[in-house]
Formats: sequence, structure tokens, C-alpha cells
Amino acid sequence: MEFWIIQSLNGLSFGALLFLLASGLSLIFGVMNIVNVAHGSYFMIGGYLGYSVFLRTGSFVIACLAAAVAVAMIGIAMHFFLLRRYSTHFPQVLMTMGFALIFRDLTLVIWGGDPLSLATPAVLQGSFHIGPITYPIYRSFVILIAIAVAIGLWAFNEKTSLGAKLRATVDDNQMATGIGINVPMVSSLMFGLGAFLAGFGGVVGAPILGIFAGIDFDILPLAFVVVIVGGMGSLKGAAVGSILVGVVDTLGKALVPDLSYFTLFLPMAIVLAIKPTGLFGRA
Amino acid sequence: MKKRLSYLFAALLVAMGFTVASGATSAQAAEPIKIGFFAPLTGFAAQTGKDMLAGLEFYLKQQGGKVAGRDIVLISEDTEAKPAVALTKVRKLVEKDGVHILIGGLMASTGYALQPYVDGKKIPTLYPVMAPDDITQRKRAKWIVRTGWSSSQPSHPFGEYAYKTLGLRKIVTLGFDYAFGWEVVGGFQKTFEEAGGKIVQKIWVPVGNRDYAPFLPQISKDADGVFALLFGAGALQFVKQFKEFGLKDRYTLLGGGTTTDEHVLPSMGDEALGIYTSLHYSAAIDTAVNKKFTVPYREFAGKSASYYSEALYTGGRWAIEAMTAIGGKVEDRDGFLKALQQQTLTDVPRGPLKISSYGNPIQNVYIRKVERVNGELQNTVVKTYPNVSQFWKYDPKEFLKQPVYARDYPPMMK
Amino acid sequence: MARAANFKNKALLFIGVSVLLVLAAQVLSTYWLSILTLVLIFGILAMSLDILMGYTGLPSFGHSAFFGVAAYTVAILSTRYGVGFWGCVGGAFLLSTAVAAIFGLLVAHTKGVYFLMITLALSMVVWGLAFRWVGMTSGDNGISGIPRPDLGEAVSMGDDVNFYYFVLAVYIAVFLLIYLFLRSPFGQSLKGIRESESRMKNLGYNTWLHKYLSYVVAGMFSGISGILWAYYNGFVSPSDVEITASFEAFLMVILGGPGTLVGPALGAGIIIFLQNFLSAFTERWLIVIGTIYILTILYLPHGIMALNIRGLKFNKTKTLSNDQTSGGTS
Repeated sequence: MEFWIIQSLNGLSFGALLFLLASGLSLIFGVMNIVNVAHGSYFMIGGYLGYSVFLRTGSFVIACLAAAVAVAMIGIAMHFFLLRRYSTHFPQVLMTMGFALIFRDLTLVIWGGDPLSLATPAVLQGSFHIGPITYPIYRSFVILIAIAVAIGLWAFNEKTSLGAKLRATVDDNQMATGIGINVPMVSSLMFGLGAFLAGFGGVVGAPILGIFAGIDFDILPLAFVVVIVGGMGSLKGAAVGSILVGVVDTLGKALVPDLSYFTLFLPMAIVLAIKPTGLFGRA
Repeated sequence: MKKRLSYLFAALLVAMGFTVASGATSAQAAEPIKIGFFAPLTGFAAQTGKDMLAGLEFYLKQQGGKVAGRDIVLISEDTEAKPAVALTKVRKLVEKDGVHILIGGLMASTGYALQPYVDGKKIPTLYPVMAPDDITQRKRAKWIVRTGWSSSQPSHPFGEYAYKTLGLRKIVTLGFDYAFGWEVVGGFQKTFEEAGGKIVQKIWVPVGNRDYAPFLPQISKDADGVFALLFGAGALQFVKQFKEFGLKDRYTLLGGGTTTDEHVLPSMGDEALGIYTSLHYSAAIDTAVNKKFTVPYREFAGKSASYYSEALYTGGRWAIEAMTAIGGKVEDRDGFLKALQQQTLTDVPRGPLKISSYGNPIQNVYIRKVERVNGELQNTVVKTYPNVSQFWKYDPKEFLKQPVYARDYPPMMK
Repeated sequence: MARAANFKNKALLFIGVSVLLVLAAQVLSTYWLSILTLVLIFGILAMSLDILMGYTGLPSFGHSAFFGVAAYTVAILSTRYGVGFWGCVGGAFLLSTAVAAIFGLLVAHTKGVYFLMITLALSMVVWGLAFRWVGMTSGDNGISGIPRPDLGEAVSMGDDVNFYYFVLAVYIAVFLLIYLFLRSPFGQSLKGIRESESRMKNLGYNTWLHKYLSYVVAGMFSGISGILWAYYNGFVSPSDVEITASFEAFLMVILGGPGTLVGPALGAGIIIFLQNFLSAFTERWLIVIGTIYILTILYLPHGIMALNIRGLKFNKTKTLSNDQTSGGTS
């Protein structure tokens, strides 16, 4: 029982982390239809920047925000100056792959290749104990963060005028231009929001996963799978997909280590084969 | 625009053609001695590769870079930590650059992948880091001399130490699931169980795994110790999470040498205090010879020495001393190989070093404990086993009758 | 008339390049010959992917799956069961094609990004097995000691030049087979599907079957390159099938120019050459390659084959201005 409770919490907290990454990817990939293979790089850069900011300020909150904003700027620049010119996938992949390689090497130049670890913020250090269960506070906190982000995104999308503009831009580009929405700017901002979430996730995830060159392509396939299983462009889908992938991944590793990736990706592929639009995708 | 670009591409093609042609006709002048170095310089293991390179460069700088009037030229190549890339790059070093000796490599898989090639090409090769047991045991390579270690070598004394000195009786092992992990854990299991202890559970995690949350709840409550074999980001996260999941107070934590090696130790915090590990080196070995290396090295590289940098520092010296012994006549490959196999050095940072007839070092093994000294974490040596061979106290012939340590060898005791 | 002349030019070029490649073995040093061998092996992989990407309009992020299945089959059969050359080749060919036939059932009804993502997930399945199914694949250790094929004294493949000729022969055969396949009525209807699947459907074509077969054929040729790869290195490891390997094949096709067959082969050559050439000069070679990718898209968005080389028009239809992959979602 104890085993199952802890593993479920593990699955949830990993899913929460995936949600931060995948909700942004769902925007970029699912809504804007841009295949961005550098999305994992945003997560990685976020972690590194967060580390540096934390070293200087000692504040985890500032580290999260500063890194996320910086990554958002990178994303906006990439989209505004380059990516927005290409509406088809082949050039997008080649270009974002180019950036992914450059980002990976630049982090190596700037931070060296030593594995780094971001200290868990002081208030969230330690573990709570309920009966025989000991569980790290920080991991529980990550679950709460993800819930807060999910609510925030939902409110932003449904309740704010920028959210309305976003929806209009996605639904009908030309009409959006017609009613005076600055489409290039709005889409670049949207892309930036996706990058923001990934960079934020990179800092939040750093105390759990560590920071290292290579996490970019370790985590990217998982994020893609979440988005596509949940259904592209669907916030609900990203949430459900994240939890699903987080739990299956954790249990697979714990119970059938030899087939752990097999048990993760094959069910995903089959879900997609049966329902290509994912669980909550629009056909 | 298009036209100009097509000229550009034409020029590029011509340039490629030239380099190809010049590569083809490069004359084999006999002047400098070329050392070919290969290790991951990009990718997830880049920093260990760079530590290695820095160790080698530091030695060459100290030494002056000349043997018997011949200049030493160092050519380094990036393997990206992929065995196939390593093979391609080693081909380049041998066939295009014409190096006289190969030195480097990190991953155990690369060690096995290169063996047929270097034996086929008859290139004297040093393995200062790559540690798969069988390279000097059951699948011995003629042209490979190992100045590093075999994975199970430091584990043999450690198993006994854990039982007799630390008083542990039941241990859970957790390690990266590949040859290096199996061999380090297997060697520990053999001597620990022969001393009277018992390995109650073996957990294998994917190589490079970072999040240990799925594995930590599985650790048996029945044990009094945990033996972990990890490195890099994985080691860092494991040690931290081991504490977060409340296990540090419950078990004594032991590990293979890389788990607390100095390439990750500076990034760790107090959670690492008290971990016992064993290796043939520690940056904290308290000898004048070692300090003569670690102090200026820190100035040279801007960071503390690790087993990786010592490996190449000593490996580089091993190569140069052998060259000196044969008067720089490295073209005589058989003579060069013999010199590499037969020399002894008593004053390298890790302690006295010689090579057994199996091609593996006989050297000290140190039991280390993580302590904080002058504000920094270090691997304090708590016990030295002098002149340990890869066969420990066993008869080599008898030892080699058992299979190489693997996932399920030695098997679990009933 | 112009068409006939173009065909003649192409045929001459093909023969010329083949002759050059044959002569190369006599001129090049062993190192550059080994690089050229590598270029040919990945050329086959890139050309096989072009069947999908360039001609059928199906972008795959998982093409190295079949490459990996074939390579691992050769490795396991030859090192563990001592199976000879033809047995290994036959087994690897059948197994990689069979895997393509099974995966094909899961993917052939999709297109665009959905196709992209399912192929990604499936290749992760293959990678997961290579990485974690330690009992069968040795996991991260990889499998070493695959012997070069030996077809008797005179043609021992242990010799690098002989092995190069062997790879070259396979390469030329594969090139011609794919060329004929694409020019066949079947291949022509694939292009029709790329341009407009619904129109082809209305014309009475079974587009599912076409896409399915195209996927299986592409997988089959990918398997052939995997077989050669296993023999070339004498070694396989999970990094041969990881996600970046599939990305790399994808990039070779885009860099060269999808839908041109020659382009992807050229793209493979350029990427392999850069990887092995640049790293000798600068530790920062990843940045250089990344910059080259970006510049290529900025100045040659349709790949290098879009360069107008006099007398040769490879890219007759400006196919990629409306590549199918953008139509995946709304």
C-alpha cells in the first residue's frame, strides 16, 4: 500500500512537471502548428539560467521568473524574426534543430558540462511523514504549481482580452487581421508564452531532474507524446496526458524495468493509431 | 542570389575535394610523435571528457612536450559518448592523422567496440578510464594497455571492508544497468557475501537515469546498507533524493568510486556527508606526490582534480615515459608496446603503479569517506589497500573460470 | 524534347558519378574511403526516407527504427547464434520489413503531424527495447564483435576496399530500384496522394493501401542500410536508434531537398562530412552545423537540390511550397 501511494505521488509529480513543458508545447505545436524540436532546449536553458540567477540572488522565485522571462524572449525572437515566415513543417524542423544544436553547445560553453543541481528552496526542503510514508515536500509542491498554472492558463484563455485575441488569431487568421489584431505580434507573444512555460518548467524541474546538457532531447519525446495523446491544442488534454504519461512512466520503471520504455510508448502509439486526434483533440 | 550561392557551393565542393586529396597523399614524415586522444567533448558526458583532456594537457605542459628531440603533438577528437562515433574518430586518428598511440575513451561500451579495430590495426592503445573487466580478463586485447582500472578491482576489498569494518550484514545494491555497473556491483557482492554478508536486493536503473523516485520506495526495509553505483547527474540526484525520501537515516550509504567522484562532489551538499566509496584514487590522498599534482592542477584547470583528470595525467606520463625508454622510436610498435607494458612508476598521484601480465594495473585501492574539510567536500581516505590486483586474493586461473560479472552474476543467495 | 534531353543528362550524370565512386576506392586513403562508405550507407537511409517524405508527403520522425531493427538482428544472429552472412542478411531484411508492415498498420491512416508523432512514438518503442531489454539487446553495452561477411578468399569483406565495393554495389542497386519504384505507375500515384489525397480518393485509388505500401517499402530499404551499418562498424548500440538518429535522417532529406532522391543522398553526404570534418578543427562544431541548418533554410528553403544546376532540373514541381504536413490540423 505504502509503495502504491508513494509511486502514485511520484507519477503525479512527474506528470506535473511534464504538464509545465507540454502545456507550452501544446500551444506552439497544437495551436500554432509549429513543430519546434527546440522546445526541450527551452526547458534546459531555463534550468541553467535559473541556476545562475539563484546563485546570485538566492531567491528561488526570482530564479523561476527571470529564467522563464529570458527564455520567453528567446522564443519570441526566434518566432518573430525567423519561424513565422515558415508555415510548413520541413523548414521548421531544420531550423529549430539548428537552434537546438546551437543552444546545446552554448550551454556547454557558458556553464561547462558538469552536472548541476539546484538546491530545493529552504521552505520546501525536507519531507513530510504520514504513518509509514515519507515524501519530499518539494514534489508535492510541484503538483500544486502545475495545478495553479493550469488554472491560470484556463483563466487567461477564457477570461482575458489577450486570450480572446489569441483564440481569434488561431481560428481565423485573416479575420483577426481584419478586426485590427496585430497577428504577427500576437502569434509571437503566444510562442513566447509557450517558451515561458517551458523555461519555468526547467527551473521548477531542476531540483528533481538536475540540470545537464542532454535533458533537452531526453524530455522532448515525452512532451510530444503528452501533447499528442491528450489532443493537440487542448489544455485539458495536456493535463490528462501529463498525468497519464507521468504515472505510466513511473510504474513502468518500478514494475517492469526491462520493458519500461516499451510499456510507455507502445500504448501511446496504439491510442494514437485508434484515435489519431488524441483523447481531447479537435478532429 | 541563387547563382552566387551555386558558386559558393561549387567552391565548397572543390574545397572538400582538396582536403580529401591532401588527406590521401599526406606524406609520413618521421618528425613529431603524435598522440591521439578521444573522449566525449560534447553531449551529456562532455565535462568528464574535458577533465580527461585537461589532465593530459596539464601533464604535457609540465613535461615540456618533447621526447628524444621529437616534438609531441596532441590530436584530440570528440566521441559524443557514442561508441559508433568513437570508432569513426579513432579511424580518423589512426588512418588520417597517423597517430603513434591512442589514449582516451570513457564509456565501457566504447571500450569493447574499439578492441577489434585497434587489435586489427596494431596500434598501441592506453585505456586510462574505460574499465570493462574482460578487456584484461577473458577477452584480452593484445594492443591495449590499461593504466586505469578494471571495474571490479576496487570493489573486491570494499566488500570485505563493508562486512568487517563497517559491520554491515544486509545490503541493497542500485546501479546503472550496463557492464560497468554490473562489474562494480558484482565484485562487491562476491567479497561481501564470501565474508558472510548478504545482498538482499539488486535494483538496476537505466544508464544516465536522473529521477530516482520510482526506485527509492522499492528499497528493502530489511537491509542495513545501500550500495549505489552511479556517476554524473545521476549520482548528484540520487544522493539528494536518497535523503529527501528519508532513507539516509535508515541505511549506511556506500558506493562505487564514481558516485562521489570529484566531478560531481563540488555540486553536492551535506546530504553527501558520510558516504563510503572505494576507488584507486582520491583527490584527497594525503601524499606530497598527490599534492604536487592537485594544487597546480586546480590553478591550470580552474577546478579540483578528479579521478578522470588524474587518469589522463598519469596515463599521459605513462605514454611519455615509455617513449623515453625506447629513445622515441615509436615506429617500432612492438618495442613501444613492450615498453608500455613493462614499466613501473612509483611516484604517480594515486600511488605506485605497475601493469600485470594481464595488462591491468596493480595499484592501491582506497576506501574513502565524504567529509567536509575547510568548507569543501572531499573523499577522505580512511583505509588503504596496497598493491591490489584485479584478481584480489584469488588465483587468476581460478578466478577466470567464473563468468564475467553481470546483471545476475553472482546470483542472489537463497 | 527538353524532357528527353534532361533524362539523357541525368543518365550520363548517374553513370559518371558511379564511375567516380568506383574509382574513388583506388584514389582515396583508407580513412576517406571509410567516410565515403558511411556516406553511402546513410545515403540509402536518406533515400528510403525520401520515398515517404518527398514522394508520399508523409514526414516520419521514426525512420531509424527499421535501420535499428535490421542492425540489431544482424548483431544478435551473428554474435549469439553464429548465423552466417546470408542468414543474417535474410533474417534482418525479413524482420525489419515485418516490423514496417506491423507499424504500417498503425500509421498508414494518418498524415501530417499525426503521422510525425506516431512514428516518433514507435521509434521510441524500438529504442526502448534496444536500451532496456538487456537480456536480448545487451542494453547500453551494445553488441560488439559482429564479423565482417566473408564470401571466400577473393572477396573477403575484412578488406576495407572490398567492403566499400560491396556497399557501393548495394547502393547503386538500391538507387535504381527506388528510382524505378518511384517512376512506376504506383510511384506516380504516390505523388498524386502527396498533392491531394482527397482527389486521389475520388479518382478511385485506395490511398490507404498506397500509403501503407510506401511505408513498408521505405522501411525495407531503411533496413538494408541498417544491415550495412552493422557490418561496417561491427558494433551496434542504442545510440543508433535514439531519437536524434531519426532526426538526423530527417535533416538529411530536408537539407538535400525532399522529393528529389538525389538530394537526400547528397544531404547525407554533407552532414556526415561536416560531422567528421569540423570536429577536427573546432570543439564548437555543433554551433557551426546548427548555423548551417538555419542558413540553409533561410537561403535554400527547398534544400540544396533547388539550386539550378544548368541542364539538370530535378525539382520539376515546386512540391514543398505546399507540403502536406501543414495540413494536419486546424
